[in-house]
Amino acid sequence: MKPQRKKRLGIILFIAAGLSVAVGLTLFALSQNIDLFYTPTQVAQGEVNPGQRIRIGGMVKEGSVLSAQDSLRVEFAATDYAHDVPIHYEGILPDLFREGQGVVVEGSINSAGVFQASRVLAKHDENYMSPEVKAALDASGASSANHQLQPES
Amino acid sequence: MIPEIGSFALIIALCLSVMLGTIPLVGAQRGNVLWMNLARPLAAGIFVFLGVALVILAYAFMTDDFSVQFVANHSNTLLPSRYKFTAVWGGHEGSFLLWTFMLAGWMLAVGIFSKSMPVDFVARVLGVLGLLATAYILFMLATSNPFDRIVPLPPSDGADLNSALQDIGFIVHPPTLYMGYVGFSVVFAFAIAALLSGRLDAAWARWSRPWANVAWAILTIGIALGSWWAYYELGWGGWWAWDPVENPPLITWLFGTALIHSLAVTEKRGVFKSWTVMLAILAFAASLLGTFITRSGLLTSVHAFASDPDRGFFILGILGLAIGGSLLLFAFRAPMMKADFGFSMVSREIALLINNVVLVVAAASVFLGTLFPMVYQALTDDLISIGPPYFNAIFVPLMMLLLVALGIGPICRWKRTSTEYLIKQLGKVAIASVAVGVVIPLVVLLGISIPATITMILAAWIVLTMLKDLRNKVANKPTLGAGLRALPVSYYGMQAAHFGVVILMIGAALTSYFSFEKSVLLFDGESTQLGNYEFTLAGSEAVNGPNYVGEEAEIIVARNSVEFTRLYPQRRVYLASGTPSTEMAIDAGFLRDLFVTLGEQKESGAWSMTLYVKPFIRWVWLGAIFMAFGASIAAADKRYRRLRSKSEARNKTADAQATTLQPATNG
Repeated sequence: MKPQRKKRLGIILFIAAGLSVAVGLTLFALSQNIDLFYTPTQVAQGEVNPGQRIRIGGMVKEGSVLSAQDSLRVEFAATDYAHDVPIHYEGILPDLFREGQGVVVEGSINSAGVFQASRVLAKHDENYMSPEVKAALDASGASSANHQLQPES
Repeated sequence: MIPEIGSFALIIALCLSVMLGTIPLVGAQRGNVLWMNLARPLAAGIFVFLGVALVILAYAFMTDDFSVQFVANHSNTLLPSRYKFTAVWGGHEGSFLLWTFMLAGWMLAVGIFSKSMPVDFVARVLGVLGLLATAYILFMLATSNPFDRIVPLPPSDGADLNSALQDIGFIVHPPTLYMGYVGFSVVFAFAIAALLSGRLDAAWARWSRPWANVAWAILTIGIALGSWWAYYELGWGGWWAWDPVENPPLITWLFGTALIHSLAVTEKRGVFKSWTVMLAILAFAASLLGTFITRSGLLTSVHAFASDPDRGFFILGILGLAIGGSLLLFAFRAPMMKADFGFSMVSREIALLINNVVLVVAAASVFLGTLFPMVYQALTDDLISIGPPYFNAIFVPLMMLLLVALGIGPICRWKRTSTEYLIKQLGKVAIASVAVGVVIPLVVLLGISIPATITMILAAWIVLTMLKDLRNKVANKPTLGAGLRALPVSYYGMQAAHFGVVILMIGAALTSYFSFEKSVLLFDGESTQLGNYEFTLAGSEAVNGPNYVGEEAEIIVARNSVEFTRLYPQRRVYLASGTPSTEMAIDAGFLRDLFVTLGEQKESGAWSMTLYVKPFIRWVWLGAIFMAFGASIAAADKRYRRLRSKSEARNKTADAQATTLQPATNG
């Protein structure tokens, strides 16, 4: 092989090796870090294993929010108007967290069926419905029944 | 009436863009100088009419003209006037107008600072930019005209600007980011013009380099401003969230970083030509894809995309035409691009190739992580999200590899470097960096910390190789001063930018590993300890602003029982929209930030709040400033100017003997 060709081959092999390592690492990292999304109905039907990290989207059920007066503990229920999931959270709720508004929670469910949230997300725009919340309501058929889908204004 | 003049100005700008996108290009193909010379005045005309449109939109905001839909959606009579002005880019329509105006600004700049380039090249560059402007303005007029009216009944007051946007960060961040983003269109246009003319030589790379550097520097500042703003406004305690909206600029930035390095090789050595052109196309494609994906809502959900089919299809059309067309042109022309010189397996070319491969892989993995949820949903119908752990797992090792190469690259010689030479040069430096990296964390922390040690080794490695390189460069000069003066400005630019990388890395690593945060509930007079600091809630009182009501807490911060500052976080409710918002209080410092975000007041009177101690966070943005500064002074190197003054001199004495331009190569 001519030296020119040999070098070119070397460069191509180098790039190919780099790329395959990168692709391998990337796919591994991806597979480790997928948070699957569930609706309250799916959780109520027992589709989620305790301890598995997931996201749940739904509405904050009216009248369900209980916050402790002497600590940062908060309990509420996420609902898709078919089923509720009780949620426990220790921390400060986002500015736009409100009863009757959409919410996405991240965390895992314990053996008692209570969802321990590590993060609570509420979107920055009241008129915006997060796709996850919308999917949950669509799935339970609640959005067609006009539950709370109108922005309050 | 006045908003209609705005629409009219847009239409005139569209007509001028259509002319710019056709006449100079055809002229360049046919060798018609008159047609080619139309490019500069047409570019200036587009700039003027888009400027008029922008001023009229700003006027509509300042005069509370709520008959204009965009104004009614994004302003309010109570809004302070500086935010009324900046609300121009507070939504999709207006920000797209600003984006297009930035493109026109770059076009004007190309028209002014291109005297040294051949007229057909300038005509082609501006012609390609004219085609882009045509697409953007058409998109604006067809799907998102900021001057659309509400007929017949305009609201008496507007819906208000999103409260998170009522901030200094919002005044400076979007224009800077857009200017950087759009700057890569210019580099792309240079690449396309070179492909069209078939003249992909060192001159093309030399013309592109200052533009690429400046666009990159502005994009760096734009991203850093966004990070800084998100840090103090959103108050979640971090500086980068790997959010789908943050990632597209980063992808563009990574391609752009690869591009400015690859351009250096193409200019100096005449190799990597097709790769450089490819990177110019990729950087531009990333900027286009990023901005449009964010705008169309494609990124959070395919449903949001379907909900606005017109906008989405238009976007896909522009994307397909611009990127497909340029790739097709690339495929036709790539075989023409032959390397001028060879190089060996150990050389600066190879070091820069490593830089390019790492950066492109990093960009690709961010791209994958950003778009993967969408692809996954399309394939399986399941919703997923990809969290920061994915991005960190990929990005951190790649950047470490890049930093190791960063030390070696500048020491290497072009074309061929012997391995023995490298070992001789860098052996001691490597040992010294490991020593420094191990000792400093031990002394400072009185303990072993793996992340701090790795950070310090890499930082020492880069700084020491930098000094070593500087010493080599001045070694054979009579005095140190003479040696330092003899080095080209672009060399100092490179060193400053690389030093910025070190600062950013230290900031990013140390703030990730040594931050403290804690959410607490405090009654009046109650204290809590975090790190070396004691936070005491002194009390709270009502505060009212022009368009909000709120409460402000007073927090005393003490260290070793000595008070040294007070923080005043607020919690506001904006009147027009009823949106609550927290204003965090920060005590910023060179070595650490302290900050507090206020939660809510319980019925018992206690306040919930989150306290943070963030060491070295400022270094992240300081590093970005160094990088942007370095790229800017490298762009100002007299190598690029010398060519211009030479050609100016030649133009003045046009009848003088024809001299061939020697590309000035130094450094």
